[in-house]
Order: sequence, then structure tokens, then C-alpha cells
Amino acid sequence: MKAAIITFPGSNCDRDLAQAFERAGADVVRVWHKDSALPAGTDVVGVPGGFSFGDYLRCGAIAAQSPISTAVRAHAARGGYVLGICNGFQVLTEMGLLPGALMRNAGLKFMCKTVGLKVAMTDSAYTSGYVLGQTIQVPIAHHDGNYTVDAETLALIEGDGRVAFRYAENPNGSMGDIAGVLSENRRVLGMMPHPERVVDPLNGGTDGQPLFQGLIGNMALA
Amino acid sequence: MTEPAITPELIAAHGLKPDEYARILEIIGREPSFTELGIFSAMWNEHCSYKSSKKWLRTLPTTGPQVICGPGENAGVVDIGDGQAVIFKMESHNHPSYIEPHQGAATGVGGILRDVFTMGARPIAAMNALSFGLPDHPKTAHLVKGVVEGVGSYGNAFGVPTVGGEVRFHRSYNGNCLVNAFAAGLADADKIFYSIASGVGMPVVYLGAKTGRDGVGGATMASAEFDDTIEEKRPTVQVGDPFTEKRLLEACLELMASGAVISIQDMGAAGLTCSAVEMGDKGGLGIKLNLDAVPQREARMTAYEMMLSESQERMLMVLKPSMEPQARAIFEKWDLDFAIVGETIPEDRFLILHGGEIKADLPLSKLSSSAPEYDRPWVPTPAAAPLGTVPAIEPMEALKALIGSPSYAHKAWVWEQYDSQVMADTVVTPGLGAGVVRVHGTGKALAFTSDVTPRYVKANPIEGGKQAVAEAYRNLCAVGARPLATTDNLNFGNPEKPEIMGQFVGAIQGIGLAVAALDMPIVSGNVSLYNETDGQGILPTPTIGAVGLLASVDDIIAGRPGPSDLAVVVGETHGHLGQSALLAEAFGIESGDAPAVDLVAERRNGEFIRAQRGLIAACADLSDGGLALAAFEMAEGAGIGLTLDSQDIPTLFGEDQARYLVAVKPGDLAAFAAAAKAAGVAVAQVGEFGGASVKIGAQVSALAELSAVYRGAFAQKLGL
Repeated sequence: MKAAIITFPGSNCDRDLAQAFERAGADVVRVWHKDSALPAGTDVVGVPGGFSFGDYLRCGAIAAQSPISTAVRAHAARGGYVLGICNGFQVLTEMGLLPGALMRNAGLKFMCKTVGLKVAMTDSAYTSGYVLGQTIQVPIAHHDGNYTVDAETLALIEGDGRVAFRYAENPNGSMGDIAGVLSENRRVLGMMPHPERVVDPLNGGTDGQPLFQGLIGNMALA
Repeated sequence: MTEPAITPELIAAHGLKPDEYARILEIIGREPSFTELGIFSAMWNEHCSYKSSKKWLRTLPTTGPQVICGPGENAGVVDIGDGQAVIFKMESHNHPSYIEPHQGAATGVGGILRDVFTMGARPIAAMNALSFGLPDHPKTAHLVKGVVEGVGSYGNAFGVPTVGGEVRFHRSYNGNCLVNAFAAGLADADKIFYSIASGVGMPVVYLGAKTGRDGVGGATMASAEFDDTIEEKRPTVQVGDPFTEKRLLEACLELMASGAVISIQDMGAAGLTCSAVEMGDKGGLGIKLNLDAVPQREARMTAYEMMLSESQERMLMVLKPSMEPQARAIFEKWDLDFAIVGETIPEDRFLILHGGEIKADLPLSKLSSSAPEYDRPWVPTPAAAPLGTVPAIEPMEALKALIGSPSYAHKAWVWEQYDSQVMADTVVTPGLGAGVVRVHGTGKALAFTSDVTPRYVKANPIEGGKQAVAEAYRNLCAVGARPLATTDNLNFGNPEKPEIMGQFVGAIQGIGLAVAALDMPIVSGNVSLYNETDGQGILPTPTIGAVGLLASVDDIIAGRPGPSDLAVVVGETHGHLGQSALLAEAFGIESGDAPAVDLVAERRNGEFIRAQRGLIAACADLSDGGLALAAFEMAEGAGIGLTLDSQDIPTLFGEDQARYLVAVKPGDLAAFAAAAKAAGVAVAQVGEFGGASVKIGAQVSALAELSAVYRGAFAQKLGL
């Protein structure tokens, strides 16, 4: 399984995400945002956390215009897997691969802490390693994680079972306590919490591991 | 544009004293140009020249087998084995943070990160030690909010975990907050980069962000006392751009790996002036700069402005000429400015050209080597008056007074605004004692702590200086780390006052004694003087940042006890209440002497803790707040209750040094006591952990109730 991890100039969780994929057994290729193509044979694209272009205005807006974005959109259109975490989630909404937007946290402050996440569906490669309704402990670290979407789309994604994770206690004002949302084909996942930070017991837990293992396991079957 | 005439007023406005100006005339044999006056003022102000402190800083122990590079470079370099080194420093950004808290604090973080990666190290951990005025002072909440936001905004975007720090409140900081930022980085020991230039005719390259008018004269500002014209100084505060700094980091590390770099210096205080002079001076070379080539953010900037600008995220580098194309390509990849702005020259000259004119032509070596150095008059701090009668208080009331005060309350409001886990190597997050970060890709770890108890330093600078180091030593030992080395950030009032200078001299003596006895030499540091407003000095605050090494992450001692663990004090308890947190917070009493520091006992007890890690379930150092506060913090952090047998206030809240509180499994107690006896270390069981309530002597409170006070007080008392 080949994972391509994108680095924007202000990405700062790219190494962490690459490691989490490697730990789960993936071959990882690092991709610079100015590249115009993904490596041949890419199965999953990882869009990491950080501050892609400083994010002084709308988080992820400039990243969505980087040369690599065209290739990521094409990969998704072909049915390829794309995982966006934190800033990566913001970038995926700006690319139009996921609905909604990430607004400033309701409390207006940057927040870094470990929160409880409820697994809201298990019918995706990303969540198949969890038990429905299970609460996992995963850190958040963001200033703009307040998931916001128009009522119609919200009803659509809820009705379609596309909410992957919900906050046990909503930390940022997200509609429907949504922490992670999937594309219609369930192959593009965006989430604000950082599963790549909890794949090693030394760092405070391993609740992120099933996400990466599930993804790779599903792909091995496919 | 005509330049202003050099008048006594202009000279004074540059912070130069008449005798200092006379020295300039003597050195150059003529009246300086406006640009030259600016250059001298930048090089000779307190902030850059250390003119009041140098004599005393020289007395500090700075060497040891673990030290690869001590003070004098951008940061200190310490060996951590396996060909790796940790590179660290702490630096203040006090004055800018008081004027514009968000940007002042942010650029303080940016500056210290640059100091670290300038030497070739990738930053892996940050801390910050913050001192503010009273919680109900009209400026305090605004400053706390802005500073914390600023620290977070920079470190979070740059991508370095903030793993520790301190926050305290005291009226002496009402008009002068302290923002001390620490950063540490990791590098291969044989790939450290220094600022010494070499070779004649080598290109001097400007890297990073463009130069603007921000911060012109900032270092001079930071060397003056504050008065009510402070708001007018806002334009001298720089604006930070962590996104540019992140790109600068990656570009610099790539460039260094390419082998193109001869020497490198970040542009911090006094920007282009200081960095160019430093590289030339260390290499015994002159420097010629052509300012027309400097990337500029604003139109029609003068030579004076460019030489004194403190625009952030800039570097100066001497490059191997043959590798220019590779270097340029790396900077273009990261969309950063890259410009050849000058060259090294054989003669002792600092030659500044702009618009076809010579704007400055000075003997380069004289700019730093001939900087004034003062042996300021000082008086020893008189012995503290003995502590009078201590008012009566019940133990539970005393504990509530401490945990309900912003200085001792839970600080999650602060650290949750900092990303403490980016880079995925953080093992111990903020909250209890030292932060611990794994050395990436290895089984080793580094521990970081920052400590000082300013009340002690004021009462007794020598013991207070010793105590700051001893507490840092204990915090490192408490997580199982071997203390390696120290950085000091010395914040004091006006050194022209003999009693303030006496505090400084005493604190340095104490720090020197302690780092020698505890084998943790000073490898870097920073001095911030003139921390006064309207003639009122701050509490002397020599912040100590220290780094320790764990050979294996398996050696980490936990901070959180388990239910039914026994609570055991290591070290001798005498009940010293002078200058204690309890007296200050419960009664507003700040009197008596600081606790004495027995450095032999510190070392013995610290080594004992590290040696007995197998028998210790959890550990914390005992410092201000004493046994009761430390026991409560440990239990609360684990979400369990606590029983302390004593109800004697001095026993519970005394601040005797060289002590730890350890949690020991009941079955291990005998072995632990035997080991202590063999090591000549005093241990005493004082209670146990567990349950859902906190019992002190005969008094009981629900843990949940105390926890609500402890976790709510910070935001509540500050109205945040």
C-alpha cells in the first residue's frame, strides 16, 4: 500500500503522519506541494496538519490552489483515498472534496488537549477497525475546528451516515458535534483531531492505530 | 534626504551617555554620521553589549565534559551521546511584550527558535516563563491573554511542541511583565554551525523575510526604563510571521546539509548591524555591505533604518561562492528572499554603501571589543529580618488559599493554547514538573524545566540564585533525568542602582555555586536589565532553564500516583516558612529569609531518586507551597484523593529545600527505606494516596470540590 504525504511549506505534522502510516505498514512517499503529479501507484493521499501557507486568512485556501491539488482532486475523482487531518481537513473542504467549512473555535482560543471521540459509523475503510459507538481518546490542536455547513448539506451527510467521528464533549462549537466527515463514496475523510499522534503508547495512547490499520487492511482486501 | 545633525539631544535619544559618545569620537577621530551613530547605539546598548553584566557573567561555570559550546554563540551546545547534541537557550522579550503583548511574545518565541536553528538544530521543544502584575491590575488580564495567544500563535504554527513553563503574578510586575522564551533543538554533534566568518571576498548573503521599518531602535528601547510615554513606543515592536520562520528553518537546514554555509547568524536585536559585526569580529575580518541589494518591504528606506531594523525572520550568512546556485535554488524552493548584500574584506572595516554613498565607515573590531564595560557600584543585600509571628490558619483553608490563587492554580487555561504534541515525540505534557520529549528515532529522551522563586532572590540573592538552580535540578531528577546543563535568563531592575546591582551580583554568585555543585554548567543565557517602571523595580527574577537526559524512555519516573500508594517525603523537613507561598498568598506577608540551600544534600537526594526509580511509583519535587501543595497536585493530577497525617502548618507548607515527594507501593516501602538509609538520605512516610477526598490531619474536603477551585481559579481571578 502506497501512501503519498503532501508537504505544504507550512505543514508541520507531515513527518508525524508519514510515521503513523509507516508504523501501520504502508510504503510512504513524501510529495512537495509544487509537484504536479502524485507518485505512480498512490493508494492513499495524506494531507497533514499544520499551517499550510500561514493561514492568516482562510485556513487551507491557498493550499487548495497549489499545483499538487489538481492531482489530489483527480485522485479522489478516480475513487482514490484521501485522508486530511486538522489543517488537511481544512484544505480538503477548500478543495471542494468535502462539504462545509472549519470556522474559528466557538471559544476563540487555540485548543490543544486530548478529547473523547465517538465512532459514529464503521462502514468505511477508516473506521472499520473500531466498534460503533466506541469512545476513543485523540488529541486536538487547532484554532479553527468549528465545523459548519448549511442545513441542507448537514441533513444530507447525517442521513447518509457520513459522519465518521463526533466529539463526546463539543470543544469548538462544531455542528452536530462533528469531528470527522466522509465523502459520498466514503473514501475521503477529513477530521480535526490527530489520530497520528496516538499510535505509540509512549505518546499517551494508541487509539489512532485502528484508523491506519483499518485503512491499510481494507486496501489489502480490495 | 538630509540627515539630522549630531546634537547632544540626538545622542541622548540614542541612549548613549556623554562619556560613551566621547569614546566614539576617540575611536573614529571625527564626528559620526547619523547612520554611524545608530550603529554605535545598537552595538553599545545594554541589550547587545552586556556592558553592566559582563564582568559578573564571566564568573559563571560554563565548562564540563558534556559542553560542546558554551555562551557566546547563538545558543549553547551540549553532548547527549551517540554523536548527538542538544542546543538551547532562553531569552527575554519583556519590554516589547508589555507594549504589544501578542506580537511582543510571538517575536520572542520566533527569536529564540531562530537562535537554535541558526546553529543547525531542528527545534524540538519550547517553554516559556511568564511573570505578570497582580490579577486585578487593569492591565494584567489583557497582557496574559495577549502574551499567551502570541506565544501559542508562533510556536503552534512553526510546529514546535511547548512542553513547560511557569506563570506567576506579583505586584512588582504591574508595569513590567516578563516573557522569557526557551527553545531547544537537536543536531548531530559534528554538524553544528557557528557565526565565525572565514575567508576574504566571500559573499555575505541575506536570507528570509524582507526588511521593513519595524523595530527600528528596538534594542535601545529594551535597555531603558519605562515611563508614561510607553504607548508611544508601540511602533518599535516587531511583527512576527511564523510561516516565514518555518520556511526559513527548512531552507536553512537544507542549505546547511548541502555544505554551502561557512558561517551564519540570525538577525535579532539590532538586525543587520549586530549580525554582520558579530560574524566579522569573530573571524577577524571586515564586512562591506551594499544596502541597495537588501530586500526591502517599504519604499525609500534609509541606511539608518535598514541597519537598525528589527524585522523578523531574517538571517545573514557567509557562503561558499562556488555553491551559490545550489543555495539560491533552495531558497527559491521555499519562496524566500536570497540576496548577496556584501562581502568579507581583509581590513578592519565596517563599510556601508547605499545609493552610491558611503553611509558608514567604522573600524569593525572596535564596535564590539571597545564597547563600554562597567563595574557598576553595588551593595550586598542586607540580611533579611527574621520572620515574625505567623498568623494562625487551618491546613485546609491554607491549601485552598494556595490552589485558589492564580500563581498556584491549575494552568490549563495557558498550556492548552499551546500545541504540546506536534512532532509526535512528547512523552510528558505540561502540568506536572518537567516536560519530556523523546529524541526522535531513538529510545532516549530529554527533559526540560524552567524555575525561579523571585521572592527568595529578593530576600537573599545568593540563596535565591542557588535555589533556582536547585529546583531545576530537582524537577529533572523527579522525572528520572540526569541534569546536563543550564541556560539563565537574568531579569533585574536598573543596574545603575547599587542595591539592584547587589541583587544581580548575589544571584550570579548563588547560581554559580549551584551549577558547579550540581554539575549543570551555564551554556547560554540572556540578561534583561532596566525592568522598572517609574523607578520601581521588579522582583529580581533570574529564570533558570535546564535540560536533562534520560538514557532510555523506560527510565522516566511518572508524576501521577496510583490509589493506595504511600506518600513519602525524601529529604529533611524543618518547616521553613520565610518567604513562603503560603504566607504570600494567604496573608500577603513577604518576610523572613529565603530557605537555605544545601547543595550537597541536593545532589545526594537527587542521585538517590534517580538510582531508586524502580521503587518509585511517582515523584514530584517539593518547592514553593511545600508538601501539601505538591501532594495535592500529584493526587489531583491522577484524579484520586489523598491523606496527609500531619496538621502542622510548617510541616505541611514549609519550603525546605532538597526534598521530593514520592509515591511508593506499600510492598516496596521497606526496600525503599533501606536504600535511603544506605544512601544517608532521610525519608518519612507522611500519608497515602487514594480515595475521593483530601484529608489533612483532622480536616476533610471532597477532591471534586478542591479540584473545582484549583481548575477554575486562574480564569476566574483574571476574569478571562
